[in-house]
Amino acid sequence: MFADYTWAELGSIFAMQGFSGLILFSVLLLMALGLAIIFGQMGVINMAHGEFMILGAYITYLTSNLFSTYLPELFDAYFFIAIIFAFIGTFLLGALVEWTLIRHLYKRPLDTLLATWGLSLILQQLYRTIFGPREVGVTLPDWMMGSFQVSEMIEVPVNGMIVMVITLFITLGVFLFLQKSRKGKQSRAVVQNRAMAGAVGIDTARVDRFTFALGCGIAGIAGATFTMIGSTGPTSGQLYIVDTFLVVVFGGAASLLGTIASAFSISQAQSIMEFFLSGSMAKVLTLLTVIVILMLRPQGLFSLKVRR
Amino acid sequence: MLDIQDLHVAYGESEVINGLNLSLKKNEIIAILGRNGMGKTTLMKSLIGMIPSKSGSVKLEGKELFGMQSHERVKAGLGYVPQGRMIFSTMTVQENIETGLTSTKETEVPEDLYNIFPVLREMRKRRGGNLSGGQQQQLAIARALASNPDVLLLDEPTEGIQPSIIKEMAHTLKEIRDSRGLSIIVSEQVLSFALDVADRIIVIEKGKIIHDQPRNEVDEEKVSSFLSV
Repeated sequence: MFADYTWAELGSIFAMQGFSGLILFSVLLLMALGLAIIFGQMGVINMAHGEFMILGAYITYLTSNLFSTYLPELFDAYFFIAIIFAFIGTFLLGALVEWTLIRHLYKRPLDTLLATWGLSLILQQLYRTIFGPREVGVTLPDWMMGSFQVSEMIEVPVNGMIVMVITLFITLGVFLFLQKSRKGKQSRAVVQNRAMAGAVGIDTARVDRFTFALGCGIAGIAGATFTMIGSTGPTSGQLYIVDTFLVVVFGGAASLLGTIASAFSISQAQSIMEFFLSGSMAKVLTLLTVIVILMLRPQGLFSLKVRR
Repeated sequence: MLDIQDLHVAYGESEVINGLNLSLKKNEIIAILGRNGMGKTTLMKSLIGMIPSKSGSVKLEGKELFGMQSHERVKAGLGYVPQGRMIFSTMTVQENIETGLTSTKETEVPEDLYNIFPVLREMRKRRGGNLSGGQQQQLAIARALASNPDVLLLDEPTEGIQPSIIKEMAHTLKEIRDSRGLSIIVSEQVLSFALDVADRIIVIEKGKIIHDQPRNEVDEEKVSSFLSV
């Protein structure tokens, strides 16, 4: 399959596909970060994670409309405000869902699958009712469009760069939060042993709500960045939920570093193979590889080595 | 200090603690002895609020704890060292102790905790799960002390620990009691440790106290006959 191309062309193809793989990596990673907290750490199988992401995308869409109607002079900067709105909106919905639904299910993790699947259907229908079944897209401000010409054959889209920079900051932020902050340490203690965390003085119910809502909030940010590279429909989240779970499981459920490594390898493999094979064939190959690796290493790529 | 009145704890229909009365004085160390399945751990867990009590009253310096959740009880002044230590194994030693600071306003691990357990200072960057049993036990005690409790509950602290360290632990516990003005309830199966550490020896059987004597009047033969199977 490589025979039809010259070396220079192949180089450019790998660079361009590699770059679009990086964009996919960014969205996958943002999605997976939230899920790594909710599923990897708390053990809640959140089937509605894609819908939280889409909520973030719709909030971004609403914000962009709001700015273009009422504050056109600030339109250039709307995106950053939209990210904050998306985070707050999904964070609040996450807290509400945790309080009404999830907190009753910590002792029955499998039931969270059914409950959140139901929630995902409800949310999809809600989006359909409110925003209509057609996909919506946002208009990007001019400075976010276009691309850098790196060489004659390689160009790098600006919005892709922005997505990557945002992902970098959010990932760093989440990592530092969990490792260093007081609240982050408390939430690690709670997910490790809920009863014992209570017995050292941590208000576990509050920490649980916060942790779950934080995971949802990050999905909201993923949704906001998603609007830069795709359009948003009521069921768009469904396209990503399987991949996201795959990333979290493949990376090793309790490890953020593993999540990053697995999001990277899956998205790169996907993106580079897509150019030479059909999209579905690329997916089949990726899935097969992941399944084989998971059979050999059920705990995922990275896992912490400690006595339990 | 701690007053337990007519405490009932049950798992569903089967009542494990039925009508227990106990009062702990300030600076007193009580050892609760009993065979397996007699309700020692259940009593401890219900005191810290990990399992709900059915009825009765538990008062800490006059404040009713009944119905409170664990973290509220810690705030009220209870500290808990569970059976099997249950430290957070993927977190470092220092982070483990920091979780105990939650109910206080502190953010830094107080130096005097490290002075009591110098080995923890050496190992503060290690993951808790990689410590030996005895070190984990010290960590669990340090974590409980971090919340500045008035009453410390220890559930079988000698389980799985080698004899030389058990002797040392009895000494450390008494020292902590003296320096911090603590009161301690420790549940135990090892009679020699209980005799080393306690001011009062209590034996429970089927959720009731069947023997209660100050340390210096204890008839060792009799107590050990309660413990033999």
